[in-house]
Amino acid sequence: MATTTMHDAHHDAHPTGMMRWLTSTNHKDIGTLYLWFSFIMFLFAGGLAMLIRAELFQPGLQFFQPNLFNQFTTMHGLIMIFGAIMPAFVGFANWQVPLMIGAPDMAFPRLNNWSFWLLPAAAILLLSSFVVPGGAAAGGWTMYPPLFIQGGTAYDMTIFAVHLMGLSSIMGSINIITTILNMRTPGMPMMRMPIFVWTWLITAFLLISAMPVLASAVTMLLTDRHFGTYFFNAAGGGDPVMFQHIFWFFGHPEVYIMILPAFGILSSIIPTFSRKPLFGYDSMVYATAAIAVLSFSVWAHHMFTVGMPTASQLFFMYATMLIAIPTGVKVFNWTATMWRGSISFETPMLFAIAVVCLFTIGGFSGLVLAIVPVDIQLQDTYYVVAHFHYVLFSGAAMSIMAGVYYWLPKWTGHMYDETLGKWHFWLTTIAFNVTFFPMHFLGLAGMPRRIPDYALQFAEFNMLQSIGSFVLGASQLLFLYTVIKCVRGGAPAGDRPWEGADSLEWTLSSPPPYHSFETAPAFK
Amino acid sequence: MLCKIRSALPIIIISLFATSAYADYQFNLQTAATPIATEIYDLHNLILLVCLIIFVIVFGVMFYSLYKHRKSVGHKASQFSHNTKLEIVWTIIPFFILVGMAFPTTQTILRMKNVEGTDMSIKVTGRQWLWEYEYMDAGVKYVSNLATPRDQIDNKADKAEHYLLEVDNPMVVPTGKKVRLLLTASDVIHSWWIPAFGVKQDAIPGFINEAWFQVDKPGIYRGQCAELCGVGHGFMPIVVEAKPQEEYDAWLKEQKVKLAAEAEAATKDYSKDELIKHGEGIFNARCAACHQATGKGIPGVFPPLVEGETFANQDTVKRLTERGFIKDGKIVMGPKDKHLDIVMHGIPGTAMQALGEQMSDLDVAAVITYERNNWGNKAGDMVQPAEVAALRKSKG
Repeated sequence: MATTTMHDAHHDAHPTGMMRWLTSTNHKDIGTLYLWFSFIMFLFAGGLAMLIRAELFQPGLQFFQPNLFNQFTTMHGLIMIFGAIMPAFVGFANWQVPLMIGAPDMAFPRLNNWSFWLLPAAAILLLSSFVVPGGAAAGGWTMYPPLFIQGGTAYDMTIFAVHLMGLSSIMGSINIITTILNMRTPGMPMMRMPIFVWTWLITAFLLISAMPVLASAVTMLLTDRHFGTYFFNAAGGGDPVMFQHIFWFFGHPEVYIMILPAFGILSSIIPTFSRKPLFGYDSMVYATAAIAVLSFSVWAHHMFTVGMPTASQLFFMYATMLIAIPTGVKVFNWTATMWRGSISFETPMLFAIAVVCLFTIGGFSGLVLAIVPVDIQLQDTYYVVAHFHYVLFSGAAMSIMAGVYYWLPKWTGHMYDETLGKWHFWLTTIAFNVTFFPMHFLGLAGMPRRIPDYALQFAEFNMLQSIGSFVLGASQLLFLYTVIKCVRGGAPAGDRPWEGADSLEWTLSSPPPYHSFETAPAFK
Repeated sequence: MLCKIRSALPIIIISLFATSAYADYQFNLQTAATPIATEIYDLHNLILLVCLIIFVIVFGVMFYSLYKHRKSVGHKASQFSHNTKLEIVWTIIPFFILVGMAFPTTQTILRMKNVEGTDMSIKVTGRQWLWEYEYMDAGVKYVSNLATPRDQIDNKADKAEHYLLEVDNPMVVPTGKKVRLLLTASDVIHSWWIPAFGVKQDAIPGFINEAWFQVDKPGIYRGQCAELCGVGHGFMPIVVEAKPQEEYDAWLKEQKVKLAAEAEAATKDYSKDELIKHGEGIFNARCAACHQATGKGIPGVFPPLVEGETFANQDTVKRLTERGFIKDGKIVMGPKDKHLDIVMHGIPGTAMQALGEQMSDLDVAAVITYERNNWGNKAGDMVQPAEVAALRKSKG
């Protein structure tokens, strides 16, 4: 990267050192910042998961008292979602959207800088809440009142951190939507944009619809906590269940915010390594849009045990089951893309195949959970924990890993170490399944989630899971090493390291010049 | 067919595993004890089976392709990218599969929701962190607490068979009767769950939810709170004992005698040592989850009760100063009447509940006496049950 900077310096000087990153308005720099930020958060929240698994290694309280344990589970959830997964996808959007549509940069470069730099502020608020009296928020990442109203200062810090992260997401989304709608290279119609760009366009609309809802929910929590309102206090005429409705009206679209860009990454990688065009481009776009629309009408399936009327339970169950159809279309399309291709198995493709399989398991357990009577048994058990880790770890996080291996040669100009990449893949996939698959059994057998200690019949699986999770955690350090090694050097990647890749970014040099596509490229 | 699925699946999987130390683990839902739980069990197996079949077909095709259409064996890529007929087919087929799943499910939901014709009602109140059961038709009301000793949780003693799933006073119900539960909570949201009954219902402050079950086989059924409710969430189990009608009637009678004895006990005067001794048990069962057995609380969250300690939560410090329990930033033993007021009526806006509704006069008197004279606290005074009764009377 150093050579590129010097090469470009003569026609466009920009600050170096710290100031380059603090004041950057360059989509590539900001993309890099987002990705490193999310990686650091991923490792931190992963560390919390290791502590959780250490406590759950055996029955009894060994290391942490329940109050601290609840802080770990709460912060693990919040940081993974808002600090790791979401910023990582925004990082991909920053790097890839302008490159893929042939734009010179994002539409609002300064807004872009501000969107990113809100995140470290939010992270500092969240992380430092561990050291205020009483420790970090311990009411679960879902922040349900009245429990969330009982806590101390850390709860307010969490609320403000969520505000900041929401602001960042909304500004980032406005930027992405404007960029995609206005800055495509001439001759690129919407229905021929790379599918990754489509998924992000739809995700961005989900974000600007859902994040303000979350902001309003946590603001009401804040005023309930300090300013004498009773939004969620039944004693004052409020309704604790209303919070859950509002929260999940954000929360369910949020699930798709974290998976649609992952679908976009998979839909870029699978055709490349099958050396075949994506099967059913149009239906892929329509399926993504259908999932996004449906995601706003299924929220109460998170609340089947709160005592809803029969009609509501039936409506939300049917709506939830419907989502299986567009999701199924995607899986069928990916399979058809591979069919009669010429398939090779580099690390990005390995990750992509694993994601399709494992995400489908998460999709099926989602279908099981949609069935109200079964959900009554499984709500708030480890079955749910298994379900959302199959969609969020082996769906979202492993797609991010796939995307990193796929575009790292473009971003750095070097090939990553294929042997290390494959080691990382196999360790991650196997350890992930050892950790999370037995959680299905625990949930079925009746182990509630969010408990620091458990009954004896759950002991075997918990020990197995803890062992799996330690391997899973350690193999992410290998990922870190592989990425750093690739950034620092390696075989030259060339403009187009993957012979099957054909979107616009592969027409540029690797790494691309600091300012790319200053004249709009031709699109055929 | 359903029965076959039910029995075959777990056995196949279990046979793949070796035995181990506890060997109580299982791979499917708990054995059902009610008709609804049985329906749920079958429904789950049916849907799991459908999912498994789809999974095998789809990924069978994918892995066939991954194997046959490899570049390394020289397979040349074809360039097709659409097949409208196929795409319509694989959109429509799942729809019909889903309708097939929705049909039996809807029937089960309607049966679960049918609370007509119940034989008796029990009001269930979730509190941080215990359950309170009130037999609406019989006038019996009591508290059900975790019975597992603290030493087992702290690994200082061997764990018993029903570790964390045992209580002092279980809910007792007659077999063969349709029991209706009315669920609510006094502080935060809890969730009452017995897996073998197929009943999980949130208990929400300010709301009353309904659920029902009918157990035909006498026995002891165990479950846990299923909604995160604070530090004691993992430690508020639910135990239901189903007994034949005669035994249930005898139990009910016994409860009424017990209640009368408690009322009788409240009229007596006790020595300070008696009160402290009784108070220690109450404190460890009811107060130690927050204030800890050492009385030192949890820094910043739950205040200490030991004189000379400090506390860093400004809101709580203000409230305690107003009541005379903090001077110059340190905990002191405030006036007895204020102490009684806090225990009886709680401190609004904090996790400190109004325990007066939940505890007998004797228990309140004993626990306050214990707190004022333990851990080096030297108030020296005591509270008699009669004083608690007088307070109740004056405040209605």
